[in-house]
Amino acid sequence: MENLLSIVTFVPLLAALILAIFLRGDDAPAQKNAKMLALIATSATFLLSIFILTGFDPANTGFQFVEEHDWILGLKYKMGVDGISILFVMLTTFLMPIVILSCWDVTTRVKDYMIAFLLLETLMLGVFMALDLVLFYVFFEAGLIPMFLIIGIWGGANRIYASFKFFLYTFIGSVLMLVAMIAMFLDAGTTDIPTLLTHSFSTAGFELMGFQIVGGMQTLLWLAFFASFAVKMPMWPVHTWLPDAHVQAPTAGSVILAAVLLKMGGYGFLRFSLPMFPVASDLLAPLVFWMSAIAIVYTSLVALVQEDMKKLIAYSSVAHMGYVTMGIFAANQQGVDGAIFQMLSHGFISGALFLCVGVIYDRMHTRDIDAYGGLVNRMPSYALIFMFFTMANVGLPGTSGFVGEFLVLMGIFQVNTWVAMFATSGVILSAAYALYLYRRVVMGELIKEALRTISDITPREKMIFAPLVVMTILLGVAPWLVTDIIGDSVAALVHNYHEALPVVAEATEAVAPASH
Amino acid sequence: MEKIILFAPLVGALIGGFGWRIIGEKGAQYLTTGLLFLAAILSWVVFLGFDGETRLIEIMTWIQSGTLDTSWSIRLDRLTAIMLIVVTSVSSLVHLYSFGYMAHDENFDDAKGESYRARFFAYLSFFTFTMLMLVTSDNLVQMFFGWEGVGVASYLLIGFYYKKPSANAAAMKAFVVNRVGDFGFALGIFGLFYMTGSINFDEVFTAAPDLAHQNISFLWTEWNAANLLAFLLFIGAMGKSAQFFLHTWLPDAMEGPTPVSALIHAATMVTAGVFLVVRMSPLMEFAPGATTIIVYVGAITAFFAATVGLVQNDIKRVIAYSTCSQLGYMFVAAGVGVYSAAMFHLFTHAFFKAMLFLGAGSVIHAMHHEQDMRNYGGLRKKIPLTYWAMMIGTLAITGVGIPLTYYGFAGFLSKDAIIESAWGAHTSAGNFAFWMLVIAAFMTSFYSWRLMFLTFFGKPRGNPHTHDHAHESPVVMLIPLGALALGAVFAGMIWLKPFFGDHDTVNKFYGVPVHEVAADDHGAAAAVFEVDAGHTTDVAATDDHGAATEHAAGWTPGSGAVYTHPDNHVLDNAHHAPKWVKVSPFIAMLGGLLLALWMYIWNPSLPARLANAQPYLYRFLLNKWYVDEIYDFLFVKPSQALGRFLWKRGDQQTIDGALNGLALGIIPFFTRLAGRAQSGYIFTYAFWMVIGVLVLMTWLTISGGAE
Repeated sequence: MENLLSIVTFVPLLAALILAIFLRGDDAPAQKNAKMLALIATSATFLLSIFILTGFDPANTGFQFVEEHDWILGLKYKMGVDGISILFVMLTTFLMPIVILSCWDVTTRVKDYMIAFLLLETLMLGVFMALDLVLFYVFFEAGLIPMFLIIGIWGGANRIYASFKFFLYTFIGSVLMLVAMIAMFLDAGTTDIPTLLTHSFSTAGFELMGFQIVGGMQTLLWLAFFASFAVKMPMWPVHTWLPDAHVQAPTAGSVILAAVLLKMGGYGFLRFSLPMFPVASDLLAPLVFWMSAIAIVYTSLVALVQEDMKKLIAYSSVAHMGYVTMGIFAANQQGVDGAIFQMLSHGFISGALFLCVGVIYDRMHTRDIDAYGGLVNRMPSYALIFMFFTMANVGLPGTSGFVGEFLVLMGIFQVNTWVAMFATSGVILSAAYALYLYRRVVMGELIKEALRTISDITPREKMIFAPLVVMTILLGVAPWLVTDIIGDSVAALVHNYHEALPVVAEATEAVAPASH
Repeated sequence: MEKIILFAPLVGALIGGFGWRIIGEKGAQYLTTGLLFLAAILSWVVFLGFDGETRLIEIMTWIQSGTLDTSWSIRLDRLTAIMLIVVTSVSSLVHLYSFGYMAHDENFDDAKGESYRARFFAYLSFFTFTMLMLVTSDNLVQMFFGWEGVGVASYLLIGFYYKKPSANAAAMKAFVVNRVGDFGFALGIFGLFYMTGSINFDEVFTAAPDLAHQNISFLWTEWNAANLLAFLLFIGAMGKSAQFFLHTWLPDAMEGPTPVSALIHAATMVTAGVFLVVRMSPLMEFAPGATTIIVYVGAITAFFAATVGLVQNDIKRVIAYSTCSQLGYMFVAAGVGVYSAAMFHLFTHAFFKAMLFLGAGSVIHAMHHEQDMRNYGGLRKKIPLTYWAMMIGTLAITGVGIPLTYYGFAGFLSKDAIIESAWGAHTSAGNFAFWMLVIAAFMTSFYSWRLMFLTFFGKPRGNPHTHDHAHESPVVMLIPLGALALGAVFAGMIWLKPFFGDHDTVNKFYGVPVHEVAADDHGAAAAVFEVDAGHTTDVAATDDHGAATEHAAGWTPGSGAVYTHPDNHVLDNAHHAPKWVKVSPFIAMLGGLLLALWMYIWNPSLPARLANAQPYLYRFLLNKWYVDEIYDFLFVKPSQALGRFLWKRGDQQTIDGALNGLALGIIPFFTRLAGRAQSGYIFTYAFWMVIGVLVLMTWLTISGGAE
């Protein structure tokens, strides 16, 4: 199947179109049909995407399943996957049926809701597969629209504020990235990503408005991309939109936001910043390290004092993404392997944690930690699942949460021990905030009158959690399932990165591997 | 066979934990316990038939990334074999004991269908599995898996009575404080990988001698690699083994059911730190700075915990502080380089301390969950079998035996071995530790007898009704006591030679190939080690066995279960300690016994008067040197305040404030542009995006770059 990637990408869009055109009415059967169709479409997408995985050759570090067609205005439509991107594709297709199942009880504007999610899936998959700058930009930016709609229409009371915030952050970042893309095109004469990956952008320093720009054009391009991806990750200090967005988003929206959308930033760093601007990456890596280290300590401390469950998990997400960014720019095998692993693992774990909040939010309609307590008395199964993902979130060995964190820290230790030390202190803080949350929500006597009749999770909810539990354990016990696929591509990425650094820079690196 | 030992508890935990609705609570209990006994029997078979040759049994690949290559595997050597029998024996007995102890529990309401027994047994088995993973691991990451796994099991079991806020707090505290230790442990692993390119024991051990000559730049300065990495690993050991600074969780952990305290917080998990140091002996031997710290920390902990134990009133807390103190002994032995003595005490301590806890559990069971010793008294006649079990445990822990012979209770032999080793170190740290340990031995004797006298002697105090109804525990609880009593009496005498005999016997026991090494190596090895061993000759002179020459024959680190540097003569020195050194712990023990007799039998009003006469000292000890309060003040409160500050000031005022300022300028512009405020942003956003794409496309078209 030479069009496999396009098929996988556009099956959800097709389903969305069918829904939009053919489904009429908003009564119960129509809603049911909308959900069923969405579930079938996302499941089919997942099944089809398995062919990508089985047909993928990990030893080949180039792009595979490449498709290239002419598009409008002389632009190219070019898709492909490599070891860096393939598992993000799989993560997306794997999670979507779960997300659809998790909104089975939604009753407001179900058809539109399903269309939004299906559209979103197409756009997310496009981001991870696009091999043309313009195509990437279109997918990258357009993906925000369904997300905005999901928060804006099905979100909580304060959704407008959250959306404005999101808008301001993202808009500034995107504009800068767009400018950078134009500059890249002018410099390289192409928007083809594989070609750009082999193009070396100028590193000659020059003067701009009285400032000496070290690293020259690479630095400027790097910063422009960084502005966009750092917001997306999100990195400290541009993270404050995330807690608000999560709090306002409906459960399914939070799951997608945390599990997939955040990963676009990390993917962007791996696809653009590191390989295309290696000198600038090397130059600015300390900045990333410190932003990441601060993120881990800072947001973990903030998570410790949150009173809203979703906010707490959102802050915890920011801390976990801190490991990702520092792992990527550690630019060694363990660091990058760990960063990718951490992103995948975080997709399962944070998604599951938001679903855990969703379970009790559906029952009690509050996210206030103080409103709960002693749930274990009425909800033993829920307590077990929540415990499992809490432990996975704090990086317990044997769960996938451990492997990513561990590899990243191992990678960063080789580069900067100060950063490694601060980042490792995250293991203490994460245990503190996560168990403190668990204790307040689940443990203790069940005293609150309102909770007396709360019911344990339903079979449908169990079905949602089951695949996430399986993946979390599977990747924790057999992480080579992932590293076997990404390993060679990461090795090539790291190798090319270090090749591209000037000999001088490399020499100083070797002398002082742990320079501050 | 080793795989069966390892996975039997896991199978039990999974089936018992998830399948009890099908096989029933009783079924889950029988299944988990049966599998544990199976594992225990196989462990003894392995231990007794073990020839000392290190074997690796690979199970599955685990984490692979570049040069990092780790597997799930079993490393079977003498250390593993010892730990296997300790863990599975105590665990199976505790399982059995729990049949009786957990039969009724007032924290749960059977009438409401609150089932807890299957869960309890599943947790116990799960703990055993993770502990076995820890001791059988062949690399530091699998060890870390076990390390954190036992932490989770401990968390679950301390918080077993989930309705009690104090139990929940204690569970969380245990996990978080352990994480502080794990923080150091993890950094140590990263550092080892950075320096040696591997975290498998074989490679690390081989590289250990080189680490002694290498520097690693860590944080602000350069460090000696061996010292720094050994120290970082030791931080992990401090957390798990509740050494001073990171000990605060252990007394609180007594919130868990008593069988848990016996298994996890006395016999097995808390000794993991000691095991780690002994396991890393090839590294420790090249890290004199780190081992000096280990000796000091161990000695201080032994002393500190004993002082606090003197005044506690909760029967379990006394034993908890006693455990803390005894772990300090083990660290001293490991720190001075007599790893076999550390393992010896670990081994005997597992028996008698588990027995003391199970005995205490039996008392608590008899007294309807009363734990305050002030409400006990005169129970000797009521529960005679428990009394005798506790008596044997006390005789063992206080170190009763015939001085200058090899006849005595388990603790007599192993504790004296450590005290002699501390003396034999001939360093200032060793001498300091020697005196601290002797003083601690005095206090150990005092608080152990105080516990006995308050509980079993004198007049009944507290609720007379409870006392009248005190009853002996059922047979399932007494059998484990009996089995452990055998260990407490005989384990020391039977295994003294292999653990603390002359060094040939010890080396043979641990599979260290001393005499097989070719004589040619002698010169080379000695030359290498001569560099930093100026005192070799004086030591050899005092050594009438000429052990120095045999030692210097040398062998590579990692070829046996433990490694001692050719210049490490502490074991021999300990054997040649003067008589006063050898009898000093015995005298300390007698002193403690006499003082306890005087204060609690002959003159029972004295303790209260003493407490009144020295109110500050008493409160200082009773409040555990105020360490918890200090930590609360130094760490807990500030991190919450800092978190709140960063949230309100950092996120909300500074970052959002700046953005809102920006927004105030921009938003009206957009809202005007899009018309409606409510959904305006979406259109605005789409609008700008489309404009962006158009601009880009126009550029491309005009410049004609895209063919």
